[in-house]
Order: sequence, then C-alpha cells, then structure tokens
Amino acid sequence: MTKKITDVICPFCGTLCDDIEVVVSDDGKKLLEVYNACVIGTEKFLHSQSADRVTRPRLHQEDGSWKEVSYDEAVEYTAQMLAKAKKPLMYGWSSTNCEAQSVGNEIAEISRACCDNTAAVCHGTTLIAVQDIGLPSCTLGEIKNRADRVIFWGCNPTHAHPRHMSRYSIFPRGFFTGKGQMSRQLVVVDPRVTDTARMADIHLQVEQGRDYELLDALRVALKGEWLPEVVAGVTAEKIREVADILKSGRFGIIFFGMGVTQSLSKNHNIDGAIALTKDLNEYTKYSIMPMRGHYNVTGSGEVFAWQFGFPYAVDLSRGFARYNPGDTSSIDLLNRGEIDAMFTIGSDPGAHFPISAVKHIAAVPSVCIDPHLTPTSGVSKLHVPVAFNGVETGGNCYRMDNVPIDCRKVVEPPEGMLTDEQFLIKVRDRLRQLKGAA
Amino acid sequence: MTKNISLNLISGRTIQQGVAIEGGKEKPLYRTAAGIIEMDDSDFKKLGAWKSTNVRVTSEYGTVVVKAIETSQGPHPGLGFIPMGPWANAIINPNTYSTGMPTFKGVPVTVEIATNEPVLLGIELVQKLCGVKSE
Repeated sequence: MTKKITDVICPFCGTLCDDIEVVVSDDGKKLLEVYNACVIGTEKFLHSQSADRVTRPRLHQEDGSWKEVSYDEAVEYTAQMLAKAKKPLMYGWSSTNCEAQSVGNEIAEISRACCDNTAAVCHGTTLIAVQDIGLPSCTLGEIKNRADRVIFWGCNPTHAHPRHMSRYSIFPRGFFTGKGQMSRQLVVVDPRVTDTARMADIHLQVEQGRDYELLDALRVALKGEWLPEVVAGVTAEKIREVADILKSGRFGIIFFGMGVTQSLSKNHNIDGAIALTKDLNEYTKYSIMPMRGHYNVTGSGEVFAWQFGFPYAVDLSRGFARYNPGDTSSIDLLNRGEIDAMFTIGSDPGAHFPISAVKHIAAVPSVCIDPHLTPTSGVSKLHVPVAFNGVETGGNCYRMDNVPIDCRKVVEPPEGMLTDEQFLIKVRDRLRQLKGAA
Repeated sequence: MTKNISLNLISGRTIQQGVAIEGGKEKPLYRTAAGIIEMDDSDFKKLGAWKSTNVRVTSEYGTVVVKAIETSQGPHPGLGFIPMGPWANAIINPNTYSTGMPTFKGVPVTVEIATNEPVLLGIELVQKLCGVKSE
C-alpha cells in the first residue's frame, strides 16, 4: 500500500509552497507521485529518485576520471583543505537548511574563511539598498488578503516562481480581495513582453537598463510635476496613468527581481524602488518585497546576519567579521585570484558565476557538496553527494517574506548517504582537531 | 565576409531552464533549455538566419555557440536573451563595480551564423573553458 503525505514543503524557490502532496511506497523508500507542485518543483522531487544518481563521494583524477571514496575520506580531504588554506571561500548555502548553515558558520570561524551565499548573484544589491534606506515590507499572507495593486518590476514569476501568483499575489481570494484577480490591478515593468507581462493590466516596456529613470519618473508623476515626453521608452502619459492607478489602491505591493538587481544601476535601482514605496505611503499603504530565488537564500542571509552581523559577503580572514561588497564578495575575490581553496555547498557557481570566476575555482583545491552533477562538481577536485534537503531530510527554511517554515522529510535517502548537516558536523569536528580549536 | 548583428544581451530564468536544472545539468535537456539565444523575428531577418540555427555570440568577455530560436516573450528587437546558465555566463560582464554583483544584463554582443559549430553540453562547456579534463 502506498501512502500519501500532505502539507509537504517544496524546496525549489523562495515561495516555499506548503501544500504539496506526495505519494511514497509503503516502506518509505520510494517517492512515486507529486501533487500540487509546479513543474519545476515536481521535477525536483522526482529527480531525487533517478536511477543514475551518484551516491558516494568522488575524487577527480588527473586523467579526468572519478575515483569513488568513502565519506570519511571526503571529510578528511575537506578538513585538510580548509586547515591548510589561508583564505578559503565557503560559498552557497541557499539550497540547504538553516541547521546546516549554522554548522557551516562554525567551520568558517575555525578556518577563517570568506562566507557568501547566492545573494552574490541575485539579491545582493538589494541587501545593500536595504542597508542604505530600509525596507517597508510585509508577509505574503497580507498580500493575499489585502493587496489590490500589484507591481512586478524586472521579474517574471510565471517562469521563476510559478505558483506565486496563484497562491499569493494575483489569483487568490483573500479577506479584503474577495474577487481574486478581479480585485487587483497588475502592472508589469519589463523590457520583454514576458508571460507575466501578458497578464498585466498595464505593461511598461522599459528600455533595458533604464529602470532607475522610470522609477524616478513615477515619483515625479506622483507629485504632479513636469516630465519629459518619453522616459526610458515609456510616454509621460502612460507614466501618469500608472501613477494614478498606484495612488488609488488601498494596499499595494512592489515585487522586484533580477531585472533591477543585475542591470547596471544595481543597488541604486532598488534605492529608487524603495523610495517610490515610501512616497506611495503618503497616499495609501504600500510594501515592497524582493522575489528571492533559492528556497532558503533568505534563511542563509538570516543565519549569517544572526551569527556574523551581515547577510552575505562576510570575510572572517582577520578573525572577526568584515563586510564590504566589492571587496569581500565571492565574484570579486575569485576574479582577483585571492582565494586558495573553494568550498561549495547547496548552489552551483560553476553554472551561475561569470566564467572568469569559475576558472579560478577550477585552479584551486575545491570541494563541491551537492546531490546533483553540476558544472561546479565538474570542475571541483572532490564531489560529495548528499541527501536532498526538503525531500530526504527536513530542516528550517525561510520564505521570501522572512517567514520561517520547517521543511519535511518525505522519503529515505539511498542507504549510507549523509545529509549536509551530518557531513558538515564531521568536517567541523575533524577541523577542530587539526586546528587545535576548542 | 561573415555577416553579424549587434544585440544587447540579457539573461534570466525560464521555466524550461528551471525544469532542466532540477532534471540534471549533465543531460542534453539542459542544453536544449539554456544553450539558446532568444531573438526577435526582425533580428533574424537582419542576420539572414533561419530559426534554430547555431550562432556564435561574442562579447568583450568571451564567446560561445548557442542555438538561435525565435523569442516566445517578444517582440523585443535589438535585445537578445540567453537563459541563465554556463552559456550566458561565458560572455556576460563579470565586473561588479564594487557591488559584488556581476552585470548579467545589458551586455553588448555580436551574433554571427555558426551552422557547423556544435553547442556543447553544460558541464562540458565549463570544463572546456576552464581547461579541466573530463571523462
């Protein structure tokens, strides 16, 4: 007899959907079916069951082949690498739970590492802007129940957060939004006519990279001041129309994504978006929220901030925590060649860093802890496969609105496989012996 | 002389890319999903290329071969879109300008037809560019 497990958390994106149902075999070893998840989440659950999965650590050999090693040997390799390195980089953390992140931070303290998470390539610039001028935000539940003006700026949830709109932002019927989509007006700002833009009441097809000007123009339009005929490819008439729509709502939310964090103005775009939110609060109630990508990148920022005082790009090489994006951030450290060992967990910089940074990862001693085969595992010296977090082990994760949610274990990992946390505890204990730390 | 066109390149998520990364980055599906450049119909005409032709995309920071397909989220003339992944990251601007964030969006590139050049698999591409031997 199979059994159905309800209220499972999806470990794919920052929406952390908590209504997934999975069917497992009666011995709890096989995951058979997935319900309610989006197509990406479903693939994530099912891929954990693939027959060709790597289940033991492997060392990359000179001739390009891989030699299987035991977890104990992998622990020794990792601890020795970190003990010998003068400035190791411990990067990733966004696809693992907060418990493992916390053990990782102990390792980082002992080995005086630089620590960073995937905010480096997603919302790092958002964090800089938040430190500049703050973030008036709310929870996704408030948005579901109250928001009648929804703006997606430089993000495409139809593709990146597929159930965000049906669970929270557009379609659900909330307490004060009883007509669902009919209760809300949707504005999308994007240089492409994305699938999200097609659903919008108004799509502002901004000229790529000119979001800052458009944000400023909206602030001007709110005050009824003069505007040039066209700003960032959008007519003044359209800008004034959108300003009026935004002002006339009872509760509005600005969601923003990589379109603003990764284009040239970076943190200044977010400064502008937060300032727009502040201005709108002079007329009605507005909040703003980053669309976080990895399911626990928010949690990683929380754990870093709780233990080190900074949410990403932390440098412990002097024995205390320093934070200076551009100096202590992963891509800059790699591009400058300052790192002499690379430890990657719960992310794939090989696929998502610029190739100039990846080349440096390939040139130094490196360990990649990841259940998947990835470009990072492909260029690392040691690949340590682990149990899938959120599928084969539980643990605490943070949703994009900073709400902590405990993920659930639904199926057993293949026999003998360790979780992230179990592997990290072994590395920490061995590193303590090597360093003579208490 | 080889004909080429200039585009402004951005990268980002697509749902097909999301499914492919969870399904296995070593598999050809990942290349199908992310080893592509989405171009506007008018840009295909300027380049004189058939749809689904392999093209070489080159920036100041690198060069990569991908398959050119007609955009499903257009029109966006003058704008090229490569889904996030190793193909896009072979050519994006790695400068962070003291923010820690590379400039993934807004990279000037040229596109030329490269019918006879293969689009490499994801892991294969990164290993080749990094000079790492593979099995």
